[in-house]
Amino acid sequence: MEADAELVVRLQAGDETAFAELVERYHGPLLRLARAFVPSRAVAEEVVQDVWLGVVRGIERFEGRSSLKTWLFRIMVNRARSTGVREHRETPVDLTAAEPAVASGRFTSGGQWARPPAPWADGAEDRIEAKALVGHIAAFLGTLPEAQRRVVLMRDVEGLAPAEVCAILDITEANQRVLLHRGRSRLRCLLEAERGKS
Amino acid sequence: MLFRRRRRDLVCQLAVELITDYLEGALLPDDRARLEVHLAVCPHCAEYLAQIRATIAAAGSVDAEALAPDVRDELVGLYRRWQQG
Repeated sequence: MEADAELVVRLQAGDETAFAELVERYHGPLLRLARAFVPSRAVAEEVVQDVWLGVVRGIERFEGRSSLKTWLFRIMVNRARSTGVREHRETPVDLTAAEPAVASGRFTSGGQWARPPAPWADGAEDRIEAKALVGHIAAFLGTLPEAQRRVVLMRDVEGLAPAEVCAILDITEANQRVLLHRGRSRLRCLLEAERGKS
Repeated sequence: MLFRRRRRDLVCQLAVELITDYLEGALLPDDRARLEVHLAVCPHCAEYLAQIRATIAAAGSVDAEALAPDVRDELVGLYRRWQQG
């Protein structure tokens, strides 16, 4: 796949196929992330359409100081926040709120495992297992609280760096880590529950 | 940090709360060392870490929904009109 940077060069030269490729590459990810900011699919689609309009108008000003992906996500977040459909002010993360990674009932009063996690990580490399795992995660992502979902989507699904995510969401590194921690912990717990069913 | 004050070993309930900071490289050296010692002797916490890693890896393979051809055509049309406008 052609690098984003090359796509930008072609796009800035007015190459329509480069725009089509960009849309192909990022429409889905933008829509997925937008759903963590606005209340409905219809609004998310409007927001993303608005992002593309912004790209068409603003690509000449893109200087490559951030990655193209980061730039697109930042435009999306700004657009989502200005829709006015919902108050999108980032509520500060309550670092002291009790949301343990693992329910406290799983530990002894001394903090040792009473019911340790049943092992499955070794099997996760098996191709069929891995495929099932990805399918479950895809479904569980949609159940995360929005603030956690935003961070997990950008970090673990889209592969953005912590600093990029902090800049896009305008949150501190510490808050970003708390949200990431809670989101990842929750996904693991959901996987565990899913495995417990079979 | 969390358990600087006490000398005794890290317990599992605290270890699982440090996993993200550990993976993010955000632990102080002492805390990192203590967690690594714990992970070396506690198979349950080692499994927990492996599960978190597997969760992260799986998240990285989740595809976004495919672009519908009519949406693509509409957006390319928008681009074309802007270029011509």
